Parts: sequence; C-alpha cells; structure tokens
Amino acid sequence: MSGSTRDAVMGRIRRAVGATPDDSERREAVAARLAGSPKGVIPKRGQLAPAERLALFVDMARKADATVVEIPDYAAIPDEIATYLRERNLPAEIKMGDDPRLAGIDFSETALSVAKGPSDGDDLSSLSHAEGAIAESGTLMLTSGPDNPTSLNFLPEYHFVVLKAEDVAGDMESLFAGLRERFGKGVMPRSVNFVTGPSRSADIEQTLLLGAHGPRRLHILVVG
Amino acid sequence: MQITSQTFKANTVKALADVDLQRALRHVEKGFIGKRQKAADALPEFEALRDSAMAIKQHTLKHLDLYIDAYVEKVEASGGKVHFAEDADHARRIFLDIARRRKAKTVTKGKTMISEEIGLNKFLEQNGITPVETDLGEYIIQLRDEHPSHIIAPAVHINRDQVEADFRKFHVDLDPERDLTKPETLLSEARQILRQKYGEADIGVTGANFLIAETGTSVIVTNEGNGDLTQLLGKCHVVLASLEKIVPTLEDTAQILRVLARSATGQEMSVYTTLSTGPKRAEDRDGPEEYHVILLDNGRSNMLGTEFEDMLRCIRCGACMNHCPVYHAVGGHSYGWVYPGPMGAVLTPSLIGVDKAGHLPNASTFCGRCEAVCPMRIPLPKMMRHWREKEFESHLQPTAARFGLGVWAFFARRPKLYRSAVSFAMPALKLLGGRKRRLRSLPLAGGWTKWRDLPAPEGRTFMQAYAQSGHADGGRS
Repeated sequence: MSGSTRDAVMGRIRRAVGATPDDSERREAVAARLAGSPKGVIPKRGQLAPAERLALFVDMARKADATVVEIPDYAAIPDEIATYLRERNLPAEIKMGDDPRLAGIDFSETALSVAKGPSDGDDLSSLSHAEGAIAESGTLMLTSGPDNPTSLNFLPEYHFVVLKAEDVAGDMESLFAGLRERFGKGVMPRSVNFVTGPSRSADIEQTLLLGAHGPRRLHILVVG
Repeated sequence: MQITSQTFKANTVKALADVDLQRALRHVEKGFIGKRQKAADALPEFEALRDSAMAIKQHTLKHLDLYIDAYVEKVEASGGKVHFAEDADHARRIFLDIARRRKAKTVTKGKTMISEEIGLNKFLEQNGITPVETDLGEYIIQLRDEHPSHIIAPAVHINRDQVEADFRKFHVDLDPERDLTKPETLLSEARQILRQKYGEADIGVTGANFLIAETGTSVIVTNEGNGDLTQLLGKCHVVLASLEKIVPTLEDTAQILRVLARSATGQEMSVYTTLSTGPKRAEDRDGPEEYHVILLDNGRSNMLGTEFEDMLRCIRCGACMNHCPVYHAVGGHSYGWVYPGPMGAVLTPSLIGVDKAGHLPNASTFCGRCEAVCPMRIPLPKMMRHWREKEFESHLQPTAARFGLGVWAFFARRPKLYRSAVSFAMPALKLLGGRKRRLRSLPLAGGWTKWRDLPAPEGRTFMQAYAQSGHADGGRS
C-alpha cells in the first residue's frame, strides 16, 4: 500500500515541480546542497574570542533561567554538586551515565551517593556531560548514548551539566560541524538535545512558569 | 474532528458573546506581540534571517521530490521506517497497523497538529486505545473534550479558574481540599499525573517541526519537555508529519530555528530542540525500540506549483494569529477546523475545500499585520484574495453579494458613468447624514448599519477633491 502511495504522492510532486526524466540540473543542485551544507546568515553576536564567547554563553544561559558556575577542574565537581544540594536541603543523591570524562572523579570525599545508568523517573538529581554549547543563545548540546543517557536530561528535577569551557562555540552551525566530524557526514546519534534553560510552560493564561515536565532547575558547571 | 467552518459567522457571534473567551483572548494580544517585537529587535540579523529562511523553503519546495527521496533513504539507513499517507484516513490506518502489531493499549502524545488534522484521538478511542496528551495545554483540552484554539498555545481560550475546575473534576484521587489557586500548583499537578503515563505508553507520538533530508532526522521544539519524554519513554516512537516539513540540511534547520522561537513566543530559543534519528542503538540504555514516520500529504502536493505554494513554507509559529485583529476578537474555534487565524484562512480551504471554508478568507480586515510578521514572508493577504476570487468564480457567494459585485463591476468598467454616478451619490449621502454626519441605516447596506453607523461622505468625490487641490487634470497624468 505504502509503495503505491509513495509513487502517487511523488508523481504529483514531480509534475508540480516540473521534474524531467533527466533532471540533471535539479539533481546537481540538491546533491550540492546536501554535500556542501552551506551556512546561511550567522549572527555576529556569538562570533567572539574564546573568553568573550564564554562570557556571552554564561550571560545568555542565565537569561534563560539556568544557573552557571565556573570551576577550575573536574575534581571540583563533587563539592559543587554536594554544596548545591545541601543548601537547598535536597537528598545527596545523583544519577549519572558512563561518560569517561567523569569516570575518574572521586565522589567519596562528599556525602553524595552516586548511581549509574538511565533514569527510571525516581531520581531527583542527575549529572550529564555536554558535548558543546552555543554562546549566541546560552544553549547546551547533549548527545545520547550510554555515556549520557537521554532520560537524565528530562526526568530528574535538578539537572547538573558539566561543560568544558573550550567546547563553547559561537553558533549552532559550529556544533553541527563538530557532530559531522565525530559521527561522519549524514550520520547522527539517536538523539541530540539542545537545552536552553530549565523546562517551562506558559499554557495557563500565558504566564511563564518554570518546571513543566522536564527539570525545574538547570545548573551548569563550566570547567576550565 | 467535525468541521464547523461553514458556520463561521454563527461561530463568531457566539464567540463575541462568550465572556470567558473574551477574557482569555486578552492574553493573546498582551502576551505575544510585545515579546516577539523585543526578540526581533534584539537580533540585528533578524530580517536577513527571515530572507534566508524563506529562501531555504523556496529551494526545498522546488526540489521537494529529490529531498524526500534523500530523507527516506537516510531514515531507513538509521533503522527507521517512513510510511506515505495519502490522506487522513490512510494515516490513521497506518497508525492503527503499527499499534495493533505492538499490541498497544496506551499512546502518549507530544503536541502535534497533524494528529488534530487526522483526528487521531477519537479514532484511537474507537479502536480501544487510550491517547494521553502530555503538553499541558493539550492535556487541559483533552480533559475538556475540546480542540486546540491556537497552534502553539492550544488552551489560550481557557482561564486559570476553568483549569482549576477541570482538575478538581477529573483528578478525583487527590485531596479535594488542596490549594490550586496558583498556576504553579496546577502545573505541578499535571506534571505529577502525567509522569506515570510516559513509561506505561506502548507508543509515543510526536509531530515534527523539521525533517532533515541530510540525516533522516526529525526535530521537535518544545518548552515543557513533554514531547521529549514522549518519544524517549514510549517503546515505539511514531512521528506524524506533513511532507512540507522537509528541510535539506542541519545548517538550514539552524537558520529557520532562529526565526521560529522569536516569532512564536519571543524566546531566543525554545528550551528543548531535540533531533531524533532512528530507534535505540545497540549500546543505548534508553530510547524507543522502533521509529516510524507517517508522512502525510492530505492535499499538500496539490498546492505545489499553484498560487498557494507559498503557504507550504509555513513553520507553524502562530505569529500571524497572534497579530490578527480578527483572531483577537473571535478566537481560534470560530474558524471551525484545525488551523485558525490567517494561516488557517489560507490553508483550510486548500485542505478541506473552499466550499466548506469559504468564509475564512473573507474574515480579514486586510490590515497586513500577518504578512508583516510572518517569518517566512508568506503573502497571506494576497492568498486570501486568491480564495475570494475562487469563491466568486465557483458561485459560492450569496446571490445578494454576487449581484452587488456585478453592479459595482458594471460601473467600474465604465469610468465616466461611474464618476457621474458617485458625484451624484456623494452629496446625496452627505445630505442624508444630517448634522451628525452619520448614517444610521442605509438600504442595501443593512449588514453594516445594523451594528454601527456609517460615517457620511463629506460631499465631494475623491476625484473632485483631487482636482480642486491643484491637480487640474483630475489625476489622469
């Protein structure tokens, strides 16, 4: 059924766009665009030197209601998270994936109890490692996989995200270029999540409220 | 859903008298217009990005066959499946086949307008499957057994106290004494109720803001995170999308994203922009086992290559309705089908027929605000005029209107006769207007004067006034 429907739909489209049996010109135009991925208009806002770029990211992320701290190295992560949870009177528990960058961290100096794996929905707090960030909009990029299961980005109420300062790009296009380098042209991880602040809804009388179905708070730890 | 576009006029009379609706509609004007302007002003390249976004869609539509082929190939390479659906009925049957095979009992849903277009919820219920809307606005609508009245703010026609009443009525397991006066508590309650549903779902359904040909990826843009949980936690992810959602590349997606959120809610970026490609991978610890895309035509391929092709650039941001004085006055339900406001006035006749939806393109003041704010620069007023012409050509207008237009056309084609007729009529109307210079009733114009007075003409015709102001040739230079 779907085969013949595809033929019927595509036949109508081909007639409407004036496709011809040869169609080399149109084919070349499409092949060139898919191969070249031309960039369009890139706003100047994010096109900055690394230090200013990071400052812009921090500023934009805060405007989107995230909280951001800058820490010197990975070793400072446990204490930062433990302090954050203690100050809010929250349980010292956190769920995280198998990201090798976070594997060497020693949580034993703090009261934090760490569990590994995806979230089953009962975790209050989670820890992820971002693959990159966009200064222009204060946005984090996370990719799926056993290192950082996607459920950790959405189910817990408090989401802690580690971001390397050097991974902050000016614009989304630069992050896409990075994905292509890592996964290959035209290949994507199952899920790429761009996250700009904690979840929210304005569905009741257009009043913006934080903490809809995703995390109520997003705390970004910028390393280095 | 049942189409009530035919009774648009009666719908609007009801809407104008609905006190709750009128109270709720005030939030549209207050909530959206200023925010969009602020976001647009904050980005110097905003207008250039609109041009860029428009050019991307124009290019894509001219090469749509080739991009669809490229897209399907990539979806299949990532382990997903694309199903072509001719129309609403076909799309529902494809969905039911997937659901039956998966022995599905519960289906969670992120926000999807295509689901509304194909009437999926009612169909699932008839087939013993429970659909659960997870977007807060959609959830409220589902409890009330209504339809969205806005494409990005489905419950914009409902007030907080109405939501409270609904939650008390349906969430009977919770403490009846609980305090629900604050919107925050309503949001928390919905979160708590829906939390249990995601994991129980056999299928998670979402729409798509974009389908990327380069990678076979579907993109959803949300603020709540409900769509993300829906597609992540359901055992099978089904994407409902219409075929004009295709864009060539990731970079093209990034361009359009920059105008989407700004035009819709005035945000720099929506909170979650999620790119999904295929089902769970071997090494993944979470994610759906199956990934399907139901690619719906439902009349769109017939719009390609016609004067309505520009409408296929629409990215469903809602800016046109947010800025529309008619929408502000009558709300979304008056339009009588899935798509309200100016974009609905153009799209609805294309999809369900001008015989059913002919009133919609007439519900315009032609103020032009919709086109001015449309991020894809869709000439909405021009296309509404196309529909008016088609309506006239198909003899769908009432006899009186056709007769009136015929009389006017007779004079309009004979300038001398026209001028002498109006140079007689203008002073006559001035005289009738009296000292108040208003006409309280006028033969053949009862439809106007029933509701308001007609300001009386000042006596001279435009041509006379123009000549007297020093243009001796009467403007025929």
